[in-house]
Amino acid sequence: MKQALLQVKDLSVRIGQGENAIRPVDGVSFEIRAGETFALLGESGCGKSMTALALLRLLPKPAGEIVGGSIQLAGEELLGLTERNMRGVRGGRIAMIFQEPMTSLNPVMTVGAQIAESVEQHKQLRGEPLRRRVLELLNAVGIPDVERRYQEYPHQLSGGMKQRVMIAIALAGDPDLLIADEPTTALDVTIQAQVLELIAKLQKDRGMAVLLITHDLGVVAGIADRVAVMYAGQLVEQAPRERFFTAPQHPYSRKLFAALPDSSKREQRLTVIPGSVPPLNRAFHGCRFAERCDRAWDVCRSRQPAWFQTGDGQIVRCHLADPGLSAPDEALAEATATAAPDKTAAGTPLLVVDDLKVWFPIQRGLFKRTVGHVRAVDGVSLDIPRGQTLALVGESGCGKTTVGKGILQLLQPTGGSVWFENLELTRLKGEALRSQRSQFQIIFQDPFSSMNPRMSVGDIVEEGMAAQRIGRSAAQRRERVLELLEQVGLRPEHVRRYPHEFSGGQRQRICIARALAVSPKLIVCDEPTSALDVSVQAQILNLLRDLQHSLGLSYLFITHDISVVSYLAERIAVMYLGRIVEQGPVSEILDRPRHPYTQALLSAVPSIDQAGERKVIRLQGDMPSPSNPPQGCHFHPRCPQAMAVCREIYPPVSEIGADHRLRCHLFNN
Amino acid sequence: MIKPLLLGTDALVFLLVALVVLFAVYARKREHLAAPWRDVVRSRIAVASLVVLAAYTLVGLMDSVHFRKALPMQAGQQEVQYGGDVLSVLDILLGPVRTQVETTYSAPFATHLYAKEYMLDEQGKEVRGYPRLKYGGAQLSDPEVDKWPDIRRRVLLSVLETLGVMLLIYVLFGALLARRWRKPVPVALRDIARGRCAVPWRTALGTLGAVVLLIALIANMSAAWHMLGTDKVGQDVLYQSIKSIRTGLVIGTLTTLIMLPFAVLLGMMAGYFRGWVDDVIQYLYTTLNSIPGVLLIAAAVLMMQVYMANHPEMFETMAERADMRLLFLCMILGITSWTGLCRLLRGETLKLRELDYVQAGSAFGVSGFRIMMRHLLPNLMHLVMITVVLDFSGLVLAEAVLSYVGVGVDPTTMSWGNMINRARLEMAREPIVWWSLLSAFVFMFTLVLSANLFSDVVRDAFDPRLRTER
Repeated sequence: MKQALLQVKDLSVRIGQGENAIRPVDGVSFEIRAGETFALLGESGCGKSMTALALLRLLPKPAGEIVGGSIQLAGEELLGLTERNMRGVRGGRIAMIFQEPMTSLNPVMTVGAQIAESVEQHKQLRGEPLRRRVLELLNAVGIPDVERRYQEYPHQLSGGMKQRVMIAIALAGDPDLLIADEPTTALDVTIQAQVLELIAKLQKDRGMAVLLITHDLGVVAGIADRVAVMYAGQLVEQAPRERFFTAPQHPYSRKLFAALPDSSKREQRLTVIPGSVPPLNRAFHGCRFAERCDRAWDVCRSRQPAWFQTGDGQIVRCHLADPGLSAPDEALAEATATAAPDKTAAGTPLLVVDDLKVWFPIQRGLFKRTVGHVRAVDGVSLDIPRGQTLALVGESGCGKTTVGKGILQLLQPTGGSVWFENLELTRLKGEALRSQRSQFQIIFQDPFSSMNPRMSVGDIVEEGMAAQRIGRSAAQRRERVLELLEQVGLRPEHVRRYPHEFSGGQRQRICIARALAVSPKLIVCDEPTSALDVSVQAQILNLLRDLQHSLGLSYLFITHDISVVSYLAERIAVMYLGRIVEQGPVSEILDRPRHPYTQALLSAVPSIDQAGERKVIRLQGDMPSPSNPPQGCHFHPRCPQAMAVCREIYPPVSEIGADHRLRCHLFNN
Repeated sequence: MIKPLLLGTDALVFLLVALVVLFAVYARKREHLAAPWRDVVRSRIAVASLVVLAAYTLVGLMDSVHFRKALPMQAGQQEVQYGGDVLSVLDILLGPVRTQVETTYSAPFATHLYAKEYMLDEQGKEVRGYPRLKYGGAQLSDPEVDKWPDIRRRVLLSVLETLGVMLLIYVLFGALLARRWRKPVPVALRDIARGRCAVPWRTALGTLGAVVLLIALIANMSAAWHMLGTDKVGQDVLYQSIKSIRTGLVIGTLTTLIMLPFAVLLGMMAGYFRGWVDDVIQYLYTTLNSIPGVLLIAAAVLMMQVYMANHPEMFETMAERADMRLLFLCMILGITSWTGLCRLLRGETLKLRELDYVQAGSAFGVSGFRIMMRHLLPNLMHLVMITVVLDFSGLVLAEAVLSYVGVGVDPTTMSWGNMINRARLEMAREPIVWWSLLSAFVFMFTLVLSANLFSDVVRDAFDPRLRTER
């Protein structure tokens, strides 16, 4: 066994003073060995990021404070260092990369200058050697054409490139430990795969240890050596990766696995963890997970569990693992998932979109001459049957949200037609369109910006009804609001509260209630779960599925998350650069993707089962700009199987099998 | 017999008061508006400046209730004739400060005039010297000896009166709060004295004490002394300074009242509708902004002056004429100053309109106007609030500058700007007359300082970035 590089003992952090002081990190101990990847896994609000900041002594001042414990880096106590010495440790021996590559770089400095700044600080290089070192670093993080990139500004780089630059800055001081705080959360799956691969490669080359902070089990499965699960400020389980993925011990870890949606759970309700992470400003007497745990019994509520060995380097903080205690039988009985009824057979199409185009003009000059168009959506055709779900999948910037807004007429389409039942929506104007708006609704991605913070929940839900003149009187509408709140699993007394008093999952429920208030037939769900934690995501997915069964709703489900798609959707449409490249039933596409892009997309999705066996099809570069799409097939510059014809002609639709269409020259007979 | 008179600015002042009261009632029920204001009154600085501002406002309001007195009935007269003098409630309250007019300059607490005059001595011979004042220290037989004891006595009396009044207020207040807190009265009194309550009542009462002391001093002194001296025509400078308060407040608040509808509506429309509406509004404010403000104001005021000189029949009294000019000044200031807020609101609206909840509103078929009123306006309110409070002090100062330049209020309207304008000559005189300038400065400084301190706290309370998560 290798020597421990970083040893954290009993670390505690407090934020704020007095009664409302929050303890986001409360007695956390772990160690990271040289050269290993240690993953810290947990939902948001569990104290993962605070732990990382505490390691660097970068807690928000003056509120945050380390109140106990010790942090030893190769035997040296960091908490005893002066601020001056600590500066040498930061970046020099421990470096950190953050979640948001967009905001972590200074927009007015060139990329080269920003890396050079960091190198200069730690290596005392000047002039030409400094420049050479920076170019070396840029090369190391896999940035092509380094001489040119050195001179460029952050806005000229894509998200993945920026994250690479961030990594290059972090590497400037040759750190022994790299802390990566959700390094790929803001990136698309294909880019995420690239960045994770890069981190793994750098780690191997340099023998660097990595502390990876994430909420994504898939990412952990890909690159971690050991895993620690954090819950409400404490670690609850630590194990080597194989052990953790084959036999998770803590009920919380198990629930996290069970809550993941995937195709094998299609006809069941997802396991949910009821409630949410408890607020950390109170004192805990029992196990912190007890109130959300379905296996909790008396002891769990009265006594804090200690660490127990369950073999093979796995330790767990749960009374169930205590050999001295015998859990009562009923606690052992796992709650069984109840099967949902079968869906109704596919009926007539509710929505038919034909050749939809949404172009945004690019205007230049004093007189705003239109010099070109951003072809955000460029000829999309799809249809959604009644009571079914069509998933629209694609990377960010491919135009999938624009499709949703174009269908709802929130953006004026440039061309094509949208037939809803027997109405052509693009031709409706003013009052005629307004009166139809109750038929189709939208649920947004960000539950925090989708509700007016100045309005009470009751007013928010009622707004649509008032605008559509549903319900004869205010009292009647109020009654309906209460009904709706109950339908989405909220309590009637919530009606007077304001949005900021709710958690993300609850807010998303309010948004669903708001959409349901006008009894729509179609709901466009624009990434409704991507801002939520896994356990909360399961609650929302269950709710959406139940509502579909009871109300016969159709969904257009816009997402980049393949596991959600496989759980919820009947059909999938894959979008690339404003066009649908492949479309078909979910089982067809997921099991036998034909289009090279679909294949690459699916292979890049981190998976929790047997990570070693899957082969990632690595895509070169980033998606081109929709204002200037490549000639021929839009995908050809990145396609591993591109042929001469792909550079010339955009492929026509090929039908293979029933209801499975794609646009690729490989299948063009 | 009196005849009430509602001047143009009076009407707007009371409209403003009504709006403020309505807003307070409205905000009470809305947490997002009430909470920041609760934060505001928890700050010691805010409470102290609020008391000062309230005192100024009270003076301003009392000075806004105008009337004309009936002239004595002449023989054979049928109808009652009213005097040309327009008085206000404040004038009556100030009593001797207004009526005791000397012949010319006199220094603060002087017993003699500031300028030598020919007068008759005891022997009836004509000599040149400083004559005794008609009112200032007239009660003293030997001013040299009795002056300071008299002043000391009056100060002491004022202090004692203040102590008495404040003790009464303290106890009454304690009893009132005790009922609200459900505590016994002595406990409540102790809590206030030790500052152990959410709202810093101790600071409020302390500031109030200072205000009461000032009132007591004015009440005790004014009958016998000119506390701040007299001006060229012998009018009490204290009276001028107090009367100027209304002018300052009117300019500071009415201008805002006039500009707000422009700024808010146009700003929101530009940001929400975009397209040609945005182009027109942007064009409008960019053009307006490129014209130097003083130039525009000077041109407008001069035109107005000519118009009023040609139509003397429109105004029954001098006061009405002066008031019309004040109102016009407010308007022109308002028209030139809405652009800043408008631009700010346009930018913020551009940001807000892309937010999901506005989109959700459109998806429900809510009309554009309703979206602006329900979704945009409440989320812009904090910006409006901050701007209004910050602009206030700027406008009070602007009045002084404009009057100094000569394009401000009517020369007959008492205002700090006019006082400063006149002080230009007084400072050039030998020996110099310094008290007019100093007095205008102190009164204006107190108002602007407390307004600035208050606006600082308001901004902090409403700034979403500074607000802690609750």
